[in-house]
This record gives sequence, structure tokens and C-alpha cells, in this order.
Amino acid sequence: MSLNTDLEFEAHQVDEAQNRGGNAPVQGRTQWQLTWRRLRSDKVSMIALAVIVIMVLLAIFAPAVAALTHHPVDFPYPVQGENEDGNPVGPGVNGFILGTDSTGRDLLVRILYGARISLFVGIVTTLIASVLGVTVGLIAGYFGGIIDTVLARFTDAVLAFPYIVLALALAVVFGPSLTIIVVMITFFSWAGIARIVRGQTLSIKEKEYVEAARSLGAGPFRIMFFDILPNLLAPVLVIGTLYIPNAVVFESTLSYLGLGVQPPTPSWGNMLADAQNFYQVAWWYLVFPAAALLITTLAFNLLGDGIRDAMDPRTEKLIAARKMRRRLTRRAVSKGNKEALGGLVASGTAAADTGKKG
Amino acid sequence: MAIVGYLIRRLLTGLVVVWLVATLTFFLFFARPVYTVARQVAGHAATPQVIQQAITNLGLNQPIMTQYWHFLNNLVHGNLGYSYYTGESVDTMLKQDLPPTISLVIGGMVLWLIVGLSVGIISATRARSVFDRVASIGVLVGLSMPAFVVGELLIGFVFQPLYSHGFHFFNTGYAGITSGIGPFFGHMILPWITLATIQAAVYTRLSRGQLLETMGEDYIRTARAKGLSERRVIFRHGVRAALTPVLSQLGVDMGQLLGGVVVVEAVYGLGGIGQVSVEAVDQDNLPVIIGFVIMAAIFVVIANIVVDLLYAALDPRVRIT
Repeated sequence: MSLNTDLEFEAHQVDEAQNRGGNAPVQGRTQWQLTWRRLRSDKVSMIALAVIVIMVLLAIFAPAVAALTHHPVDFPYPVQGENEDGNPVGPGVNGFILGTDSTGRDLLVRILYGARISLFVGIVTTLIASVLGVTVGLIAGYFGGIIDTVLARFTDAVLAFPYIVLALALAVVFGPSLTIIVVMITFFSWAGIARIVRGQTLSIKEKEYVEAARSLGAGPFRIMFFDILPNLLAPVLVIGTLYIPNAVVFESTLSYLGLGVQPPTPSWGNMLADAQNFYQVAWWYLVFPAAALLITTLAFNLLGDGIRDAMDPRTEKLIAARKMRRRLTRRAVSKGNKEALGGLVASGTAAADTGKKG
Repeated sequence: MAIVGYLIRRLLTGLVVVWLVATLTFFLFFARPVYTVARQVAGHAATPQVIQQAITNLGLNQPIMTQYWHFLNNLVHGNLGYSYYTGESVDTMLKQDLPPTISLVIGGMVLWLIVGLSVGIISATRARSVFDRVASIGVLVGLSMPAFVVGELLIGFVFQPLYSHGFHFFNTGYAGITSGIGPFFGHMILPWITLATIQAAVYTRLSRGQLLETMGEDYIRTARAKGLSERRVIFRHGVRAALTPVLSQLGVDMGQLLGGVVVVEAVYGLGGIGQVSVEAVDQDNLPVIIGFVIMAAIFVVIANIVVDLLYAALDPRVRIT
């Protein structure tokens, strides 16, 4: 039933567009323009994107916030920042907008500095992992044979490996540092991307245009990177967006376990580890870093889902139908007349009838 | 008969994987200077002679290949070495700490499969209903939350308030099943929920998507057309076919599961092998960590064999060869 009405609305809209357009030339749009158009009409994705942009800006301007509040990131305030029991003070007390942490440092400033680390790790590791994963996946999928077998097995092994366990081992060998975190997260992220790229390459390389390129004398690398790769960018973009929150979670988990970013450098993970000892006296110390972490990962996950939907041409019909329905309902409601909806449909039918006659 | 040959072949390849992991971990640790380890063991105020003595005691002055041979030889005999600090056998340490880990893994897995699959199935059969929408929001939140945050929030806002108001059913730490069913559940329920929250999200999403796809197949229409009850159509024809990708996901997740176990044990102080390993990291206690890595590899290999066998049992198109 609902599908039927959707289609009716769609047909209606196409008619309308044709009437309006007249003889105007058909405008060409690339796949990316279409995707962006669909994404823009999705409110949830746009809110998620806005949240991400705000987070990134806050992270970039964290030193400015620190300067504005006059609270340097690693500077403890034993007097204003702690109450008489030596515990953290709550939000809004003594000019600490989100309260203080266990040593009387400004929680807001530390959360924003933590965002720098989280976003840096999330974005950088995903970029490196995408390049690695695409390269491995393309080579494995395109060449096939023994190269594919070896690379695919290696990919599977990495995917199956308990990464926190190896992280434990690496933290002992090299000592925890930001570089090790980035290397480690990258190492465990490329495999998923490689697997998807390999699958796609396997099907794309059988297409006629690849054969055409080959018959024109294009070499394997030209075909891989100029003919196949552009068709892979869409899935890689989607999975990349969904890997960023994973990397953020991974970093915070490592820092929480004491294997990642080391205090006093703030990271959401090590702040939460410290907050564990204070949740009876300072709920804000636990809640705000957790909220920052959750909002960030949720925004990236929502945006990734949104991009995936926007890449799917079937989504357009749904959105068009939804919009149409909303417009009709609004018109009906504003007229304060429930019959208006019925009347509109009736007039539409009438118009169609006259059209047929004429 | 075929299944015996299959099992033998799988176990042999599994053995190769375990050997590879063990070797890699072993040599990885030689990237670290021997001196640092010995210094830590001997204490900060140690004289050079004491440090030298510690190196000799730990056998770190022998050539790498000799140590490696020694390590492999021990490994084959089921000896994972001795703690640098207490001299305790790593086997005994890990064996002692196994019960909490096993309780956590089994209980958590049962919970997350029940929750994940049932929510997924209900969502798919009532796509776009209120339940489906609420569930999909829950899935997104579950996918975005790190396990340790779930654990901390549960401790901070469920366990702690209840405990301070005299409701002592929930507890942290570990109580074996021998201490009674009540205390056992009281200690394990929050860790199980924590482990399950993270994983159930993945399975809800996967089973919902798979079931929706399956329910659009022609044979489902056929099943309905021949007059089967809707329940029978969904469970016998739909869910069964939709389950196979869920199972292969389970195989992939085994490695991740161990990571989750490490975190949950650390949050709740359960004292399983994960928590012991995290503590070992702080002390640079290499034999314990190598032992944990090898046990993890063995677990992943065996779990994957089990999953593949189940896969063959569920999907008639898959033949064990």
C-alpha cells in the first residue's frame, strides 16, 4: 500500500517537473553531485556532519578555549578547582564550565585537548589504512592466482587476530606512544578495507570497459588505478567513514587500559580511567568525557550510514515521496480542511483526464 | 569419515597458525633491549653486577636461537615459561585465572546472541515499525560505545547507587559458581551485559539485514503460497537461511571477543587472564604475555573450526571436504 502511494507521488512529481521545465535543457549531474544532493536532504546526516565539523573546530581551537578560560590544559588549581575534601568541583563552580578533574584541572579544556588526539588518530589511521587496503585489495583482486591467495590469507589472519592482545604485547616492546597507537590501529584497519576492495575488483575487472582498456594496450597498473579505482571510491568512502569511529574507540580503549596516551596528556580514554575512582563524588568527570566520546563516534556512524544510503539511487525515490507527502499534508493542515488532501488528488485526476481528452 | 580427515587437516593448519603466532611474538620481544628488562626485574637501585646476575638467571644472555629453541621445546611440552617476578609457572597462573574468563565468554556470548538475534528477527519482521526504529537507534548507540564506557556507566549509575542503598546483589570481582548460583550471577550479570551490549548491536544489524533480504526470496513466497503458518515461514525458511552469514561473523569476531574480555575484566576487576595480562604489561612480564597471546591464538583457531562445522550443519550447500 505505502509503496503504491510512493510511486504515485513520484509520478506526480515527475509530471510537475516536466511541466515546469518546458524546453529547458537537461542538466547533467555527476554521481557525486547526485550523492551530495541526496545527502543534503537527509536531516540526520546533516546534523551529524555539523556535529563533526564543530568537534573538529573545537579540537583545532582548543588552545584558544584554554586561553579564553585562562585555564592551561595541564595546570592544576588546588584551591579553586577542588573542594574542602580535595575532590573535584562541579560544573559551573568557580568558573569551571564543566567542572574539574581529580587534580583540579579544567575538565572542558582537557576534553577539547582529548578531542585533538581522538580525531587525529581516527582520521589519520583511516586515511593510511584506506590507501593500504585499497592497494592490497586491488592487487589481490586484479592479479588473482598465488598473489591473491597469499594476500587474502594474510588479510584474513589480520582480521581474526585479537588486536587488543597484540596491542598488549606491542605496548611492552616499544612502550606506549602516539606513534605506536597510530601504527597499531592502522595495522588492524586496512584488512577490512582490503577485503571489500578485493571483492569489488573481482567483479569490476570482468566488465567490458576494462577489456576495452586492455585491448587499447593499457598496462595492469594503468587499468587498476585509472579504470577500476574510480569505481571503488564510493564504497571506500563509506567504509572509511565507518572506520573513523572504530579507530576513535580503539584509541580510547588503549588509553583506558594504560597502553595508549599517557597522562598528563589528556585523552578521553585515560580521563575515563581516572574518573573511575571518582564517580561517587564527581559524576561530571565520568559523564562529560563519555558523552564527548559517544557523540563523536555516533556522529561518524550516522554520517557513514547516511552516505551509504545517499550512494544508493533507490533512496532518491523515497526522499522525493516523503517530501511530497509532507508538502501535501502541510497544505492540507494549513487550509484547516482535511478534505483538501482528497480534493487535491481528485483535481489531479481530473487534470489527467482532461489531458487525455485534449 | 570425511569429517575426521577434515578435522585432522584443520587442526594441522591451526597448529601452523599457532606456531607462527608464537614465533612472531617471541621474536617481537627481542626488539626490546635485554638490559631494560633485567634492570626492571632487579630493581631501580641495582648495581651492574646484580643486573648481570638477573640477566643470567633469566637466561637472557644466551644466543637468540638457543632461547627460541628452548622456548619451542617447552611449548611443545605444554610449558609456557615462568613469571619474571614470582618465578611462578605461567601455566598455573593462566589456569588459575581461566574460570572468570570462561564464565565471561560463555555467558556474554549466550546473552548477546539471544538479544542480538531476537531483536534482529523482530525488527526484520516488523520493518519500519516503532520497535524497528527504536532498535536501530539502540544498535547505533551500541556500535558507537566502547565496552569500557558501558562498563563504567553501569558501575557508576547502576551498581554503585544500588550498593550504597544496601542492595548487595550486584557485585564486582569474581565469585565462582561453587559459591552458589546467586552470588555467581550477581557478580557476572553486569560484565555479561557489558560484553553483550557491544556485540549484540553488530548481530542485530546483521540478522535484520539478512532476514529482510531472505524474506524477499521466491521460496519464501512459495512457502507462504502453500499455506504454511507465518511463524513456520519465518523460522524454518527465513531465519535458517539468514543465519549462515551471522555464523561466519561469529568466526571473525572471536579475536575481537578476546579484546572485549580484556577490557571487561579490567573494568570489573574480575581477575581473568585478560586482567592478568594487562598487569603483566605494567611489569614487562614477558612470559605471561607470550602465554596469553598463544592461548588467544589457540582459542581463535579452535573456535573457528567449531564455527565452520556449525556452518556446514546449518547450510546444506556447504560440504565438508
